[in-house]
Amino acid sequence: MLNFVVKRLILAALVTSAVLLISFSLLYLAGDPAASIAGESASAADIQKIRELYGFDRPMLVQFFDWLWHALQGDFGQSYFFKMPVADLIADRMTVTLTLGVSGMLFALVTAVPLGVIAALRPNSMIDRFALFLSVMGQALPSFWFGLMMVVLFAVRLNWLPASGSETWMHFVMPTIVLGYYAMPAIMRLTRAGMLEVLGADYIRTARAKGAGPARVVVKHALRNAVVPVVSLAAVQMGFMLGGSIVVETVFALHGAGFLAWESISRNDLPTVQALILIFSCFYIAFTFLSDLLNAWIDPRIRIG
Amino acid sequence: MSTTQTATELPVETYLGQLCRRAFGHRGLMFGIVVLGVVIFAAIFAPLLSAHDPYQQDLLARMKPPFWMEGSDLAHPLGTDFLGRDYLARLLYGARISLFIGIVAASISCVIGTTLGVAAGYFGGRVDLVVTFLVNVRLAMPVVLVSLAVVAILGGSLNMVVGVLGLLLWDRFAVVMRASVMQVRGLEYVNAAKSIGCSTLRIVLSEIMPNIVNNLIVVMTLEMAHAILLEAALSFLGLGVQPPTPSWGLMISEGKQMLLFEPWMIAIPGACLFALVLAINLLGDGLRDITAPENRG
Repeated sequence: MLNFVVKRLILAALVTSAVLLISFSLLYLAGDPAASIAGESASAADIQKIRELYGFDRPMLVQFFDWLWHALQGDFGQSYFFKMPVADLIADRMTVTLTLGVSGMLFALVTAVPLGVIAALRPNSMIDRFALFLSVMGQALPSFWFGLMMVVLFAVRLNWLPASGSETWMHFVMPTIVLGYYAMPAIMRLTRAGMLEVLGADYIRTARAKGAGPARVVVKHALRNAVVPVVSLAAVQMGFMLGGSIVVETVFALHGAGFLAWESISRNDLPTVQALILIFSCFYIAFTFLSDLLNAWIDPRIRIG
Repeated sequence: MSTTQTATELPVETYLGQLCRRAFGHRGLMFGIVVLGVVIFAAIFAPLLSAHDPYQQDLLARMKPPFWMEGSDLAHPLGTDFLGRDYLARLLYGARISLFIGIVAASISCVIGTTLGVAAGYFGGRVDLVVTFLVNVRLAMPVVLVSLAVVAILGGSLNMVVGVLGLLLWDRFAVVMRASVMQVRGLEYVNAAKSIGCSTLRIVLSEIMPNIVNNLIVVMTLEMAHAILLEAALSFLGLGVQPPTPSWGLMISEGKQMLLFEPWMIAIPGACLFALVLAINLLGDGLRDITAPENRG
């Protein structure tokens, strides 16, 4: 197990380094970052001043290691637009995004797992068809459009929920449903497939034969075994969802890190964009790592590979 | 005499015939083919289906409602937008953009991902390690955020969006192709080709690829749908295809300003987007079911 953990840690570290390199080079994609900060009307002298102020006149490698050194200490520089440290800005906004991510995932699990279990218990029944229908719809539904249509219905027509902002829990209801529905199809399909496989196993027949009640067999014997891959999928999905929160947060003007990303990209605030790409990637890497560990812990065969 | 003859000749069914029979019995696949067919037809014959120019503004006829609402004008069956442009014409030309994005971005991704995946699966060892690492790095990058940032820095245009998405969506091709090649690379016919001295390229192209092309087509449809959704999301966020191009995502974004009073302006292009993506997904699922019924999930 230790061997496996170390291998995975090395892989995670390598992937993180690659991501660091990519998010750093993003700043230079535009050519001269000093010119893009200064704007189109700036004179050559102004650009030169900015170049010196931000240290763009140093060799590329020096700049990279300087940025890396500070980034590792949690210092991502100053936001060009907000004129404050990027790290504070993101820490401030991340709570909203994490709240949204966790509540969206809970929504997805609470709807997908029971549906998947019932669908597996009664294959080809009405409920199974309904669950399949929901998941096929969920995979094709553009999340921003789904969000807007919910706003039209629940905020404009029925006036039940606020359309935008992030002040109260009411503001999180629609974003949670939109983001959760995005993660639901995969979780439901995996729960259904896992349950179908487990329900055919010998130990389920044994449990039934020794007289365990149907609820006990389903929950204690079957679901406990089927749920493990679901949890590890949920961990990976969580990483995807945080990255996907940019669309949902923008639709509902929810002031989280995703919305900040959109604002910063529109304003050409590159240090903030860089830091956000890095942080969202790191969340994904961390969640994938956790999911790998969980899988290996439950299933010893994985540890060897 | 004739009865005995028919009895012996009966059960011969070609593979193609078998596929067609399965396809006609598959409701999802049929739905996908019909809807996708309608969208392709609309995209190709857009100039014939609407007399209007999608870019032609008419400030005297702004925000005319569609035909089922009061005050509609039959010259504009789906109404007009905030600049008086005909909504139906914009939708029809928008179908061209969505299909173009889907096909071109997925093709670029297909070339990159298939090359990497086949190399990893066929050669294994170090090549496999490198490809797996690249896939891991790619998966760690949040697609929406990175494509938004790159398009914003380099300037939004249709070709830029297609290029960026094409360079980002190759991961599933690589993963699926790698696994598929690993399944067939040790089989007898591959060994036979090796033993008669075929070149690697020839083995891959004429022995391996034909046997895994089903999986490739399925991934292709999924990634087409993915690219279409992403383009719409980028354009909706104002950082993808730029106005006045009639992209469906952009139309939803423009309709968002009129959300309070004219919700049909976002409902119509969104419903088209939804139907197109649904059709492509159902087509992909259906193709997987009929070519490999044992994999039905």
